[in-house]
Amino acid sequence: MNENNKYSESFCISGEHFLNNIPVSITGNIRTDSMEVAVVSGKLEWRDIFSGWKVRWGIGRNKSTVEPGIYAAGRPDKTSPVIVTSNYSLTFDTVRSSLSETDCWILVLDTKGINVWCAAGKGTFGTVELVKRIKSVCLENIVTHRELIVPQLGATGISAHDVRNFSGFRVVYGPVRASDIPEFLMAGKKADDSMRRVSFKVGDRLKVVPVELVQSLKFLPLLFIYSLVFSMGDKSGESVFIRDFLLLSGSLFAGTLFVPVFLPFIPGRWFALKGWFTGVFYTISAGFIFKTGLIDLTGNFLVFPAVASFFALNFTGATTFTSPSGVKKEMKYAIPAIIIMIVAGTAVNILDIFF
Amino acid sequence: MGLKYLKGVSTLSLDRGKCRGCGMCLTVCPHRIFKLAEGKAYITDSDLCMECGACQMNCSYAAINVDAGVGCAAAVINGIIKGSAPSCGCGEDNSCC
Repeated sequence: MNENNKYSESFCISGEHFLNNIPVSITGNIRTDSMEVAVVSGKLEWRDIFSGWKVRWGIGRNKSTVEPGIYAAGRPDKTSPVIVTSNYSLTFDTVRSSLSETDCWILVLDTKGINVWCAAGKGTFGTVELVKRIKSVCLENIVTHRELIVPQLGATGISAHDVRNFSGFRVVYGPVRASDIPEFLMAGKKADDSMRRVSFKVGDRLKVVPVELVQSLKFLPLLFIYSLVFSMGDKSGESVFIRDFLLLSGSLFAGTLFVPVFLPFIPGRWFALKGWFTGVFYTISAGFIFKTGLIDLTGNFLVFPAVASFFALNFTGATTFTSPSGVKKEMKYAIPAIIIMIVAGTAVNILDIFF
Repeated sequence: MGLKYLKGVSTLSLDRGKCRGCGMCLTVCPHRIFKLAEGKAYITDSDLCMECGACQMNCSYAAINVDAGVGCAAAVINGIIKGSAPSCGCGEDNSCC
């Protein structure tokens, strides 16, 4: 062993050196020139599926990370492709299960447990981290080629020409979805248009709804207090409070559940407007069911759609097509309008106590 | 059904004088808005642009300019409260995309 290899032996770090934080199934090791690399299973166990379901509901999300470093899928050799991904466990599990029949290396970047696209937007899935990680795992000793397959959505944080200048590795952008990687490799590292296009179909939207719902729950105490204050003025008392609280919470769900699911079918391009329309529709339906009085209905007509509008606007962060310029423009008009409607509706509700 | 956001707000611009037609922007754009004509890229529909900045990051000729960021209301509110650039705060409280 020459001096250079000794140096690599002591300084190259694979992922398995930090086994305390690995929720993945390690099935063995592969000996490379510089170190042992952990082989990950391509099969998802029930606990992986369960933990994936949990993080979708926002449970233990900050703990769902994989140790950054290099891993092996199948039996890769020096000529096998290198797939780059993030260290969010849900992402890593998707990648390794997509590669269950592919022999390759998986280079996991430290994105602090955030998925590729979001991390790329923040720059943690970025040029600096990628170059650093190439060096820390001594990738040049593991493969003889100088090529990396980076997910296309990582391009927001990664500059292919800079990576080449700093590391000597050429970035090839792979498909958007990990499930297309085998087909991409088979086609000689070519992705067709459908593999490169981001969609936001009903299934995609439903996946992001749970976490939106869970995060909106922190507003429930506020709605609770609001309903409590206004039901106290009512002569019939307790039963009205429960009704009012449920009605008000319904407008929250109109914005966080109904709007995402029916997104393309609700008129308007503005999310605040989509939420407002949904809120109006909801208020009318609720008015019919609960046969609320006229003044009551006026207050609700101002407050409920405004609440739904706010939560619909909030959903922009979970979509795949809203631009920051658009969101800023929308907020400039929508936030004051929402505040005015809630204040006016509250004024009507106060009047309602006295009449 | 394709989803489109607000009209005429995107800050995306392409300097065709600097473009060498390498096609990198065509590859990375998640909404497929670039095309090549006469050896240079052009923008087909900037209303489809979400200002993610992938094209700008990967244009080695610096021909593309976009005010990139996250299209997220919570991030904009966070930015205003903290007096910083819009950030969804992932990594801190994980209330993110």
